[in-house]
Amino acid sequence: MSDIKDVEVKDGVDQETVDAVSKLSGTYKYGWNTEIEMDYAPKGVNTDIVKLISGKNNEPDWMTEWRLSAFARWEQIEEPTWAMVSYPEIDFQDIYYYARPKSMAEKPKSLDDVDPKLLETYKKLGIPLKEQMILAGVEGAEDAPAEGRKVAVDAVFDSVSVGTTFQKELEKAGVIFCSISEAIEKHPELVKKYLGTVVPPSDNFYATLNSAVFSDGSFVYVPPGVRCPMELSTYFRINAENTGQFERTLIIADKGSYVSYLEGCTAPKRDTAQLHAAVVEIIIEEDAEVKYSTVQNWYPGDENGVGGIYNFVTKRADCRGDRAKIMWTQVETGSAVTWKYPSCILRGNESQGEFYSIAIANNMQQADTGTKMVHLGKNTKSRIVSKGISAGKAQNTYRGLVSMHPKAKESRNYTQCDSLLIGDKCGAHTVPYIEVKNNSSRVEHEATTSKVDDEQLFYCRARGMDEEEAVALVVNGFCKEVLQALPMEFAMEAQALVAISLEGSVG
Amino acid sequence: MAIAKLKADATEARLAGVTLPDGAQWARAARGDALARVRAMGLPSKRDEYWKYTNPSDLTAVDAPSAALFDGGEAPLFGDKECLNIVFVDGVFDAQASDPLAGEGIEIMRLCDAMAADIHWAKDLYGVLETRGQVPVERPLAALNTALATDGVVIHATAKVAKPIHISYLHADETSDANLHNLVKVDAGAEVTLLETGPGAARFSTCLEVDIADTGAFHHVRTQGRDHERRTVTHCFARVGAESTFKSFTVTVNGVLTRNECVLDIIGDDAVAHVAGVCVGDGKDFHHDDTVFITHDALNGESRQVFKKVLRNGATGVFQGKILVKAGAQKTDGYQISQSLLLDEDAQFLAKPELEIYADDVACSHGSTSGAIDETALFYLRSRGVPVRVARNLLTLSFMAEALDEIADSALADELRDRLEGWLARHG
Repeated sequence: MSDIKDVEVKDGVDQETVDAVSKLSGTYKYGWNTEIEMDYAPKGVNTDIVKLISGKNNEPDWMTEWRLSAFARWEQIEEPTWAMVSYPEIDFQDIYYYARPKSMAEKPKSLDDVDPKLLETYKKLGIPLKEQMILAGVEGAEDAPAEGRKVAVDAVFDSVSVGTTFQKELEKAGVIFCSISEAIEKHPELVKKYLGTVVPPSDNFYATLNSAVFSDGSFVYVPPGVRCPMELSTYFRINAENTGQFERTLIIADKGSYVSYLEGCTAPKRDTAQLHAAVVEIIIEEDAEVKYSTVQNWYPGDENGVGGIYNFVTKRADCRGDRAKIMWTQVETGSAVTWKYPSCILRGNESQGEFYSIAIANNMQQADTGTKMVHLGKNTKSRIVSKGISAGKAQNTYRGLVSMHPKAKESRNYTQCDSLLIGDKCGAHTVPYIEVKNNSSRVEHEATTSKVDDEQLFYCRARGMDEEEAVALVVNGFCKEVLQALPMEFAMEAQALVAISLEGSVG
Repeated sequence: MAIAKLKADATEARLAGVTLPDGAQWARAARGDALARVRAMGLPSKRDEYWKYTNPSDLTAVDAPSAALFDGGEAPLFGDKECLNIVFVDGVFDAQASDPLAGEGIEIMRLCDAMAADIHWAKDLYGVLETRGQVPVERPLAALNTALATDGVVIHATAKVAKPIHISYLHADETSDANLHNLVKVDAGAEVTLLETGPGAARFSTCLEVDIADTGAFHHVRTQGRDHERRTVTHCFARVGAESTFKSFTVTVNGVLTRNECVLDIIGDDAVAHVAGVCVGDGKDFHHDDTVFITHDALNGESRQVFKKVLRNGATGVFQGKILVKAGAQKTDGYQISQSLLLDEDAQFLAKPELEIYADDVACSHGSTSGAIDETALFYLRSRGVPVRVARNLLTLSFMAEALDEIADSALADELRDRLEGWLARHG
């Protein structure tokens, strides 16, 4: 929502439209708060808290040690300041690092025993009944009849995974999909082998903090040659106040396998900012393919920049084997501050990385996001399509790296980053780094910055659309290439989100 | 913010034993302030974001690395053109070789003379644009030049100047270390062309400050000499007024290290600013860096950055370009293109083309490409009977053409094109 009062009414827009738009100010569909009794660890972070989190998850000693060494490292490093975002200093000792709904302590027998508040949350999120049962941990829920198309869901509520659906069916296919705490317990050999190999615990300030205090997250292992029978999805919600959410996702696609993974996130409206520092690691072996789609809709704060989520996320995929393929698609509409660069290490020969992104920043939002394409193997290909939209007083930055190493012969990159500005008080920035160290590779980078085309708007308006609808349509057209890359379920949601996020941006 | 101790120590080591040139009180103050700026910022190091792709250690070392003299056996560039010639040898003014410092529509004198005068317009320009240009990105080597510059040329154009001013920087001493600083003031409606040629010294730093009044025009063509071992850092700071024109073009061939920084501030409406360059680099020792920062702070401005680099045998080309459009600078048209032609496996191209935009009604774009010579085009030419070497050079030359087109004076452009063709033919 832009500052409507400050925006001049343009020709052809009557005051009524402006007022109607103004009323929509700050609409955030997911802004409710569920009052659920929570177990908290004391505020702040220190070795005791790290040990406590590790203890709560019944982790083996090696895992506790791993966390402690990350914590020791974190204490020595400084918060990065290079991103084009500004926010008040974060007091890392004033955050709860562990919060868990009390009702999770005992397993409920049926939905009637489940904390109705928790169920209400799921309902508001639009999760089907059967999946609600499973997520609430109702015994025997797996056998209940399912409705419609299947998507396996792992829901992370504040710090802990509250339930994973369709586990049995996935097990039949050999796919392991569970919370990471469960994986550490049941599949320690896999976790030990892969955890921290893509994003090492010393990677960067937030990733290091995450390594020390992550409380839960999702784990996926797809065995060789298996095409995962359904879409996997993680749903993250920050509910408790003053809580940081530090989830860790580890996805391993073994040789010749395929998996599509969706991630969604929301948070209640709060007037204090909350921290979210996640790490996603993806390992892709020979001939395997992973699609990772995110619709990030954390609470963005109100139109004056009060509250909202600080979203400081490290996501990286390592194409280890030849012909491995990763596709990142992200729709970033939420968060007060976003700091996120899903990256691709193209190590295997002929491996491929793709990055499709829509980042929308409205009101006082700040987004600094992009990708890294590190070409190490021969004949590797990457493609970056980034669409940044700024409205209100928001700042939106694309920051990306394309690096062709000397051995990455005959490789190819194409980058397109377009920015759209709506209103004269926002900013759109592009900071690409291009490093080419061999001559048989081709690198192309294109970027444009423009405003919503008046002629297109006029055309839509002449066909009877109001200005708001017209802008939403033009912006959806601007984002088309990225929206098309999303799985069906997400594409519809994302399209609607694009329109909602821009509500009130037209003056 | 206090700078790190390591950096402070390196800076003090460089400044130890440095004595600032003398002059009038204002000149001493300007140099003293510049030195204070250097101390506050610290000299650059490889760890700085702004020097990510270029190692500045040769430029900040206490002693200049020596550079063997080079004689290409060629006639000097722009020799046939009628110019006002000024010659510096290793940074020292050569009165014998220079023309008398006078011309129609122009006031011209040596910097050291201007700085000795108690009252001179140079006071309002010397180090002033350089200081403005330190924000948002620090350029300590420019401040160092302002502090240390021993001489240079001070030009005030009051009308359209027919004859270009041609400054030749000759290199005669293998260990020379020179700092020159030039000032150009262009009045309303005036127009002047500045040509700069030659390597200057074993280590050479120049700083050019240009103040263009409304409706003025400034043209700048520069070639940086072919000495293989020289190290050069140049800075150009310009303030561009309403309806005025700024055009700068640089050719760089050879040299161990070249860093050309151009910082333009468009403060008047309807102004035009073009910065372009080509470089031809051969060999592992060749490192060339174009760093451009254009700020649009007025309506309807047009800026173009066109850079083409031809690299081979381990040569490295760097481009760091930025367009900053401030809030309110509506109708800005900003264009930036950086391309490299990598002629063999070892060549490198490193680029950071940036846009930072705070106004909505603008059309800004940048493009950057890197790759080998187009095999299809090469095949086409060969199938028409063109020998492979000739075909390669033809394609290389055509690759550079877009940048050469930025030179307004077609005679100058032709001369440079011929010279580039000659160099390519010899190397090819």
